[in-house]
Amino acid sequence: MSSAPRTATERTKLPYCHESFHNLQELRHSASLANKVFIQRDYTDGTICKFQTKFPSELDSRIERTLFEDTVKMLNNYYAEAEKIGGQSYIEGCLACLTVYLVFLCIETRYEKVLKKISRYIQEQNEKVYAPRGLLITDPIERGMRVVSLKSLYEYLRCIFIPIYIYSALNSKDNVKSQIS
Amino acid sequence: MKNCEYQQIDPRALGTSNTRTSTTLKLPKNSQRLRRKWEVFPGKNRFYCDGRIMLARQCGVLPLTIGLIFITSGLFFTFDCPFLVDHLTVFIPVIGGVLFVFVIFTLLQTSFTDPGILPRALPDEAANIERQIDNSGSSTYRPPPRTKEILINDQVVKLKYCFTCKMFRPPRTSHCSLCDNCVERFDHHCPWVGNCVGKRNYRFFYAFIVSLSFLTSFIFGCVITHLTLRSQDENGIIQAIQDSPASVVELVICFFSIWSILGLSGFHTYLVAANLTTNEDIKGSWSSKRGEESGNPYTYNNIFTNCCVVLCGPMPPSLIDRRGFLPPDDAPQTVTSDTELPPFMSKNDANMCTQGTKELLESMAHSTVIQSTCAPGTPKTAPVTQESLLRTVSITVSPPNRPHSTGCSGRQARHPIDVSCSQKGNKRAALHTHKPMLHVPSTPYSHGRSPLTLSDAPDMGFIPLN
Repeated sequence: MSSAPRTATERTKLPYCHESFHNLQELRHSASLANKVFIQRDYTDGTICKFQTKFPSELDSRIERTLFEDTVKMLNNYYAEAEKIGGQSYIEGCLACLTVYLVFLCIETRYEKVLKKISRYIQEQNEKVYAPRGLLITDPIERGMRVVSLKSLYEYLRCIFIPIYIYSALNSKDNVKSQIS
Repeated sequence: MKNCEYQQIDPRALGTSNTRTSTTLKLPKNSQRLRRKWEVFPGKNRFYCDGRIMLARQCGVLPLTIGLIFITSGLFFTFDCPFLVDHLTVFIPVIGGVLFVFVIFTLLQTSFTDPGILPRALPDEAANIERQIDNSGSSTYRPPPRTKEILINDQVVKLKYCFTCKMFRPPRTSHCSLCDNCVERFDHHCPWVGNCVGKRNYRFFYAFIVSLSFLTSFIFGCVITHLTLRSQDENGIIQAIQDSPASVVELVICFFSIWSILGLSGFHTYLVAANLTTNEDIKGSWSSKRGEESGNPYTYNNIFTNCCVVLCGPMPPSLIDRRGFLPPDDAPQTVTSDTELPPFMSKNDANMCTQGTKELLESMAHSTVIQSTCAPGTPKTAPVTQESLLRTVSITVSPPNRPHSTGCSGRQARHPIDVSCSQKGNKRAALHTHKPMLHVPSTPYSHGRSPLTLSDAPDMGFIPLN
C-alpha cells in the first residue's frame, strides 16, 4: 500500500474517508470547533427558505470566507429554485387539484427533486471543501430546515468509531462463546 | 448519535437492510429492535400504518364528519337518485358521485397529512440559542416571553420563542396546544377534520370545504327538486314526504350545514385572496387599526397571485421523518456530539444497542462507506489489553480498489483513527461489558485478506496467533 499523500493538496484529491486523517491526534488538537456552529435562517424576503450568509466568527481560522459564503449562496439558490412560483409549479398544482391530490402519491414533486440535488451538493461540498478542513456540513432538512449546522469532523469520527469498537468487541465475544459451545 | 451521523450512513437510507426480527447477537435478552422515529415523536399525534398516516391525538369529531357525509350521501343515492334519474337526467348521480369522491379524498388528505410540523430543536441547537439570549432568570420559573424582531419586506415582525420546541418560531408559525407541535403557516386546529391546518394541508382543507359546500348545495337542491316533483305527481307535499322520509332527513342536515360550510368557504376564499391565515386574521396581526399602518408583509398585492401561491404553490416536504429509523440508543433527542461519553457507552448495558449497531454497521459495510483494511500487525502474541484489541480493529480506511496483500505489515506505526479515539474509548469501555474481551487473544488479520468490510469483523478477535 502506498503511503498517504503528504501535502494538503494531494489529500484533498482523495475520497472523503481517506488516509489523510492518519493522525487523529493532530486533528483532535486542531479541532477548535468545540461547539457546533449554526447558520440561521434569513427571513428578510418572507417565509422562503434562505440562510444567512454572514460568516460566523467561530469559523475564522477554519475555512476561507469566500468558500463558506459560496456554499450558503448555492444552497439558497437551490431552495429558491425549489420554491419558485412559476409555470411548472402551477401546472403541478392544477394537475394535483384535478386528480384530488392523488398525484402526490405517484410522482415526485419538483421540491423533492431539488432536495435530492441539495443533498448531493452538500455531500460533494463535504468531500471537497469541508472534510479536508476538518468540518462537516449537515443537510438542513435534518434540522427541519431551520439551520445549517457545521460540526467538527473529529467529533463525527469519534462518534462513529466508538460503535465500531463495540461492534467488533461484542462480535468477538459472541464468536468465542460459539466456539466454546 | 443522530447528531454524529453524516448523511451517507443515515440509518434512514440504510433502513432496508435493518430488520425488526431478532437476529441478534447471543447476548442478554434486552436487545431492542430498531425503532422508527414516529414511535418516539414528542407531539400529541397518533400514527397508523407504521408511520404513513398521522392524526392529532384528539381527533375531535372526525368520525362525526365522516358519518354525516356518508349518511347524507348514502340516503341521497338510495332514495333520491332513482326518482331523479327517471324524471330528469342520469347526470345527477354522476355529478353527485364525483363531488362525493372529492369530498372524501380531500377530507382524508387533510386529516392524515402532516400539516407542516416543525421538529423540535435538538439539544445542541437549543443550547446554542440559549447562549445567544441574555437570560438572567432562574431556572425555577419561566422567564418572560422571549422575542426576536426581524424585518420582512421592510416590516417589523416579532418572532416568539417556543418553550416547548426550544426554538424561535419562524414567521407565521404557531404552536398548537392540542397537538403540542409548532406548525408552519398555522391556520387553525380543526376538530371536524381532527388535525391542524397548516402549510402542507391548507390546500386540501380548502378543497374539502369548497367541494363540501358544492356537495351540500347540490344535495339540498336535488332533494328540494325531488320533493317538489313528487308533490306534483301525488297530491300534496305531505304525501310526498310520507313516501320519501329520507329526503327530509337529508334536507335537515343540509340546511344546517349549508350556512356554516358556505360561510366557511367564503371566509377562507377571502383569506386565500389576501394571503392571510385564520390565526393572523383573528389576532388582527396586520390590521391597520393597530396604531401605525401595517400591511400583510406576505401578500403579493394581487388576488390572482395570492390564490395561485397558496393553492398551487410548490408542495413542501414533511420535515418530520416519520418512517426513518432511530439510531440504536434510547434517547436520540439527548444525544449530542459534545458529550464526552458517547451516549450508548454511558449505559451500563451496551447490549441494548448491539443489535442495531451491528446491523447498522453491517449496512455501512455493505454500502461501502467505510472499509477497514487488515489490522496492522505485531505478528506475535500481543499483550492482551483493550488497546491492542482495538488495534486489530484498524479503521484504516482506504479506497476500495486497493489490494491489501502487502499493506498490513507496513502499517504498524500508523493507526489512523484508532489510537486516540480508542484510547479514550478504552477507559470507558473497560468499565462496561467488555472485560471478557481481555482474555481474547488479539490478532491481526492475515495477509492476503480482501479489503475487509465490517461484516468480517467477527473474525478479528480470536484467530489464534501462531
